[in-house]
Order: sequence, then C-alpha cells, then structure tokens
Amino acid sequence: MAGHDHDHDHHHDHDHGSELSETQLRVRALETVLSEKGYIDPTALDAIVEAYEKKIGPRNGAVVVARAWTDPEFKKALLADATKAVASMGHMSRVGDHLVAVENTPQRHNMVVCTLCSCYPWEVLGLPPVWYKSAPYRSRAVKDPRGVLADFGVSLPKETEIRVWDSTAETRFLVLPMRPAGTEGWSADRLADLVSRDSMIGTALAKTPGGAN
Amino acid sequence: MDGVHDMGGMDGFGKVEAEQNEPPFHEPWEGRVLAMQRAMGYAGAWHIDHSRYAQERLPPVTYLSASYYQRWALAMEKNVLERGYATAEELKAGHAQTPGKALKRKLTTDVVSAGLTRSSFYRQQQGPALFKPGDRVRTKNIHPATHTRLPRYARDKVGVVELCHGCHMYPDSVAVDKGDNPQWLYTVVFEARELWGDDADPTIKISIDAFEPYLEKA
Repeated sequence: MAGHDHDHDHHHDHDHGSELSETQLRVRALETVLSEKGYIDPTALDAIVEAYEKKIGPRNGAVVVARAWTDPEFKKALLADATKAVASMGHMSRVGDHLVAVENTPQRHNMVVCTLCSCYPWEVLGLPPVWYKSAPYRSRAVKDPRGVLADFGVSLPKETEIRVWDSTAETRFLVLPMRPAGTEGWSADRLADLVSRDSMIGTALAKTPGGAN
Repeated sequence: MDGVHDMGGMDGFGKVEAEQNEPPFHEPWEGRVLAMQRAMGYAGAWHIDHSRYAQERLPPVTYLSASYYQRWALAMEKNVLERGYATAEELKAGHAQTPGKALKRKLTTDVVSAGLTRSSFYRQQQGPALFKPGDRVRTKNIHPATHTRLPRYARDKVGVVELCHGCHMYPDSVAVDKGDNPQWLYTVVFEARELWGDDADPTIKISIDAFEPYLEKA
C-alpha cells in the first residue's frame, strides 16, 4: 500500500496533502486537454465512473458462484469455459474473453494474484481492492500464500494444497469457493449473499450461514 | 525489464492490510483517471501493454511511493506525450493549443458499455503449438530491457504445462510497437520448491501464464 495516501489509511501517516492537490490539478489538466483535443467525451467518463460505482461489483461474481453451487450442469460449463458460461447469463453478457474459473475443494485451495501489475476479473468482481494492488500482496502471495491467508484470518489444514495463480497474461481467474455446510436447500439468491469478493479471489472462504467467518 | 514492478517473491513489504468497506474510489480524480484510461483505450490511442510499460518505466521510487491511480495518471501522461497526443506545454497549461490527432473512434455515452468490455486478445495462430498439457518445460533465462510478462521469480525454472489458452497477442512485442506477433499462451505450474528452494512448503504450487517464446522443452 506504498503511498496510498488517503486519510482513511491509518497505517501510513505521510503527509501528502499538498501532493494530493497537485495530483487533482494534474488530472484535471489532463482531462481538459484530452477533451479539448477531441479524444474523450467527459459525459462518457461520467457514465464509466458511475458504472464502476454502481453496477460492476462482486455481486456479479457471487451470482455466478451461487448458480454453480445449485446447478451442476452450469458448474460443469463454468469450469470448462467460464467466458462462455458467464456470457450465457444474460445480464452479464458484457464479460470479456479469457475468463477461467478454478474450483476450491477440500484438497485444494486456489488464490489469485497479479505480481506484475493488477490484473483482475473486473467484469465479475468490479474494481480490485487496494490491498490486491499493493506491494505486500503482490510480493508475498506467490512465496508465502499461507502467511497471506493468515493476514486475512484464514487458516487451512497443513495438508491442503494451495495453488496460486499469477495472472501474468490476459487470462483472468475467478475462484469458485466451496459451498458452506448448512446451506442445503437454499436458493441461489440467498446463497449469493454468502459469496464475498475475497472468497472469489481466494483470500477468504465463503461465509457460513451463522454469519461467522 | 527488471524493474520494481516485478515484485513477486520480494521480502519486506509487510502485512497485507485490507480496508473494510472500501469505496470504489477514494477520491473523485481516481474515477476520472480510470475512465480516461478506458476512453483512450477504446479510442485506440494505446494498448494496455503500453500503459503497463509506461508504469514500469517510472522511476522506482515514484513507482513505489505513488498510489495506484497516481501511477496510472503518470503513465497516461507519459503515453500522451510520447505518442504525440498532446505536448508538455499543453499539459502544463491545462488547455489544448492545437487540434488533436485523428483516432479510430471515440467513446461517447451511447457506446459506454462497449468501453467497459475488455477486448479479445485472441489472434490468428501462426503455427502449431509447440507444447501441450502435461509437457515439462523450462522457462528461459531472459532479461529483456523492455516489457515482458515473464516474472523474474519464474525464470530458468522447470514446470508443467497445464492449460493452453490459444494464441494471443504478445505483450513483449506490442509494448514496443512491433505489432501483435501472436504467440501460444500456456498456464505453466511450478512446485514452490522449484521456485523458492528446498525449504519451501511442499503443498504449494504456483502457476504463471507463459507465452511460448518464454519456454523451452525440459
């Protein structure tokens, strides 16, 4: 989280106040120039920002996961070709190519990182959280995934295989977490509430019905 | 390039700190930066690998101390200047002094959803794939001074091909304006011990997505 310089971030106490306003001014200048040059339309930018603020978020992925938990045929299709399977769910037809779903099992836990930049399945999870893009996560996930999981309060059995997927190309990975016990007979809609963003990155498990975890 | 962006396996960055109930953007300018990036990408002004490469070329201390969207903004300025979309004087003045260059299209409100959809990176295959799932491969010991997607921690290591993703445009070539140069792309999986030595946890496996030119038969 180097230089993540906002006042909510109590772990870094650098005073970047003046730097922030300089950034604001530079970004404003850039937008004005690009707009006056005719390259961009500020009202289209408004719509993009609004889409990421309101429409494109981890609920999209949660719905996919919940359907996979309740519909074996869909799960099979998802694991075979996630791009196609997700696109088949009408409301999310805008998913780009190259989505791969990886399934957690009692034997294997999957975790996704991008060590080189910030590759992330935006269409199904929304914007990546700051920690996903931060140096601590990017540096450690491939070397000490159990330590990273511990940072998230997750402890897996010693014998569970951990598979880390470093997104070094345009393939995007969606973790299909294990369905929690005690959810027999639940509707997909209700199940989707148990699927957190982090559980689809692999730094958490799906929530349990009692609300723990 | 062997830059600070290639941080897989580095020590000393500390614990992963997750923010509870994180908002999509912490400041309005962050959203503008992201949206500008989408709009310029849609317009064909540059490719995602140009954005990555521009970030990688920031001074290491800047890369590490800037926030995520600050990095994006700095990289965008770099691409705007290097590709002649505006001049330094214009960015400094905050106003255009001459009309812009022609771009292939413009992101307008009626096509916003297209601007939100990632384009396909598949390209026509140029020849048969050299490897198939199950093959043992060794990543090459290469250190190009320009953009590459083969991380340092996974160079000169033996792994197994697990998936073949078809032929994709090749970032190493795209980033330096040498064309799509399509290459086969594979998921290659390594034992942690192969990457991190005998003390590594034997239950851990790490995979990368590797373009064919990164690989040789093991």
